[in-house]
Amino acid sequence: MTITTIQEELIDEFSLFDDWMDKYEHLIELGKSLPLIDASLKTEEKLIKGCQSKVWLHAEMTDGKVVFTADSDAIITKGIIAVLIRVFSNQLPETIINADTSFIDEIGLKEHLSPTRANGLVSMIKQMKLYAVAFQAQQKK
Amino acid sequence: MSFDVQKIREDFPILKRKVNGHPLVYLDNAATSQKPQAVIDCMVDYYSNYNANIHRWVHTLSQEATDAYEVARKKIQNHFGIIHPEEVIFTSGTTHAINLVANGFSSILKKGDEVLVSAMEHHSNIVPWQMLCERTDATLKVIPMNETGELVMEDFEKLLSENTKLVFLNHVSNALGTINPIEEIINKAHKVGAAVLIDGAQSCAHIKPNLKALDVDFYVTSAHKMCGPTGVGILYGKKEWLEKLPPYQGGGEMIKEVTFEKTTYAGLPHKFEAGTPNIAGGIAFGVAIDYLNEIGFQEIATYEDGLLSYATSELLKIEGLKIYGTSKNKTSVISFNLDGIHPYDVGTIVDKLGIAVRTGHHCAQPIMDYYKIPGTVRASFSFYNTKEEVDKLVEAVKRAKMMLS
Ligand SMILES: Cc1ncc(COP(=O)(O)O)c(C=O)c1O
Repeated sequence: MTITTIQEELIDEFSLFDDWMDKYEHLIELGKSLPLIDASLKTEEKLIKGCQSKVWLHAEMTDGKVVFTADSDAIITKGIIAVLIRVFSNQLPETIINADTSFIDEIGLKEHLSPTRANGLVSMIKQMKLYAVAFQAQQKK
Repeated sequence: MSFDVQKIREDFPILKRKVNGHPLVYLDNAATSQKPQAVIDCMVDYYSNYNANIHRWVHTLSQEATDAYEVARKKIQNHFGIIHPEEVIFTSGTTHAINLVANGFSSILKKGDEVLVSAMEHHSNIVPWQMLCERTDATLKVIPMNETGELVMEDFEKLLSENTKLVFLNHVSNALGTINPIEEIINKAHKVGAAVLIDGAQSCAHIKPNLKALDVDFYVTSAHKMCGPTGVGILYGKKEWLEKLPPYQGGGEMIKEVTFEKTTYAGLPHKFEAGTPNIAGGIAFGVAIDYLNEIGFQEIATYEDGLLSYATSELLKIEGLKIYGTSKNKTSVISFNLDGIHPYDVGTIVDKLGIAVRTGHHCAQPIMDYYKIPGTVRASFSFYNTKEEVDKLVEAVKRAKMMLS
């Protein structure tokens, strides 16, 4: 699936719920379904700064595509990561770097998060794009 | 006066607000209190009718503003049981006041001296002293606490010696609500000749201290914790101490004479009040103190104790809920966690239901480290909160638990 299709799918999925409590419920379910990151990868350097809860993000290159795995000690945060992983994982580095992130506003994620969480969300996307940039640079070598 | 919470709520315009479609339930009073109409009106009145710089009074407005500001100082003096008005130094808040004292002690402490801090301090009552110890080579020692969130007094006594020069602690812990036995601590510290600074930021809205009777050397607090505006607070210091400490900031107001060769400093309190202060804030601080005294601190404490015990027993009915800070002696603060659930998640759901609580380490990371938790959910109650609001909190926490587990 292309990154745009996945984003549209997510927007549709979240638009099924009118009530924000239900959207949260969905986010929590997504969080619970997130495959856990290997415990050995939960290190200080995989931690993303700017979150009130802890977030570990790990990236690997498989067949030219970036595969992200992540975990958090807070379940709603995990739900947010699950959304981001669905969009950004298994994509080419340049797709990730150039990806438009307006789907976040369309889902309404940012405005319904507390400011600290919204900051965390921005840091997560930034970190994912940074990984993509690093992998792209490696490929060019 | 009988205590009528519905009537009191009328005084606070913000309590009519809705948040996320629900009537606001404000339970973050330990972070900052809401403001009654009288305090808001006072600030509007100042800026509308007599805004002028103070202590430079050639003209009428300036005189009116200076008078009002000095009246506020008097009100603060009376409220806290302070002997001399010049012992009341206006600051921008608790943090500023602590830094002022810590800076002053830079020229007093030397290597080998010891300063004691409690294990349950706000970061603003830890970091300035750490910086002081780095500057002076004095040693920082910690008075430990126990599982219930009380200081271990035997250990405190063991830490005291003739090397102890300063002891500083909060009257009430912001993360746990524990009321510390400050009388005993002040007496014992004085026996070895140490000075004591009490951080009253969390107690001032609940307990009216008599600083003269306490014989404390320094007391600091912020107006915004007691229905006053943000950006203003006080340092109380015994005159002998304030005279001994060097000025903190240089500038206007704090001088007697300035030449390029030498400046002589103004007397107290101006020596520590450089620059144009928060004039409206200072005046409104006085109004906030009047407002609280009109309700009565005894009445406030009795009512809040009732809310605290009701909320404690209702919350504890939720399975897996643990309260941190279970001292018998505490103010209306409940720090808690649900088993296996991150406090941040609970706070998020509860907020969606219109309830303002705080989550995180509450600027008291050492306490969280002690309990080995990332943080807590903290509900802190004020005299304008109601039993119905406690019920809403309990329902919201139950809902959060259902969603999150
Ligand atoms: C115990 C304690 N000390 C100090 C402070 C800092 O006060 P301010 O930010 O008003 O300077 C607070 C505020 O949360 C507090 O609770």
